[in-house]
Amino acid sequence: MTETVSAAQLVARCRNGDQEAWAGLVERFSRYVYAIATQGFRLREHDAEDVFQEVFAKVYERLDSLRSDEAIQPWIAQLTRRVCVDRLRAGSREETTDETELAADPDEDAIARIDEALDVHDAMAGLPENCREILDRFFARDETYRTIGDALELPAGTIASRISRCLVKLRDELEGRKPVPAQSGGQVSV
Amino acid sequence: MSAFNEDTLAELIGALPPAPEAWVRAAQELPVARSQFDGIVARAEADAEFRQALIADLEATLAQEGYEPERPLLDALRRRFADS
Repeated sequence: MTETVSAAQLVARCRNGDQEAWAGLVERFSRYVYAIATQGFRLREHDAEDVFQEVFAKVYERLDSLRSDEAIQPWIAQLTRRVCVDRLRAGSREETTDETELAADPDEDAIARIDEALDVHDAMAGLPENCREILDRFFARDETYRTIGDALELPAGTIASRISRCLVKLRDELEGRKPVPAQSGGQVSV
Repeated sequence: MSAFNEDTLAELIGALPPAPEAWVRAAQELPVARSQFDGIVARAEADAEFRQALIADLEATLAQEGYEPERPLLDALRRRFADS
């Protein structure tokens, strides 16, 4: 994760045809879209992949219709929800099972947690590189102490204490950001 | 967010695992795919034989013409020629 510029700044650069900014924007929201599809709507991997590609294709096509660059996150969330629902409805027309009908109602608790998680991941951008790396590898990528130690050339026996120190830094980073500004500005155009 | 204890933070970091790398890469290549798309569609509109070849076997025709048949490009072309 290289989140040194804001999402709004990336959007502005994308509008000017900056392909590197586009790659950064995809990187920044890839986990978010993936999580909404797989956790919020519990899509199967194949469907989640289709949703993932369709969402970013729509973002790319419609970026100019976004009224405020700051509204990129709720806009992507709304697009993802819509594409997931369309996908499930299309699937239910083919399969006609109660299961797919039920799944069209997202797990709102899961989606709220995903929004919170994105805030935490954004805050991780303010940590030193080694902290970001170690926290992400351990908690998000499920890597073992040994794997992390090998990758980062650190003694495996020091990983637990480093994780603990990095969590404290992350908490301080989040505390420093309070109060968290509301991210949904109602300026969403899908 | 109400509390920043370590367990909550650990859980929230874990709530966003990375998307598969291939998916991310494909989405990042969209601008290139769109640029190729425009060229291919223009040629298909001018060259009926090329158009028929695309409809008959999209991936093979693209590969033969030197394009990387990546997913965003294939999806866009399939949608474009779906009614043909």
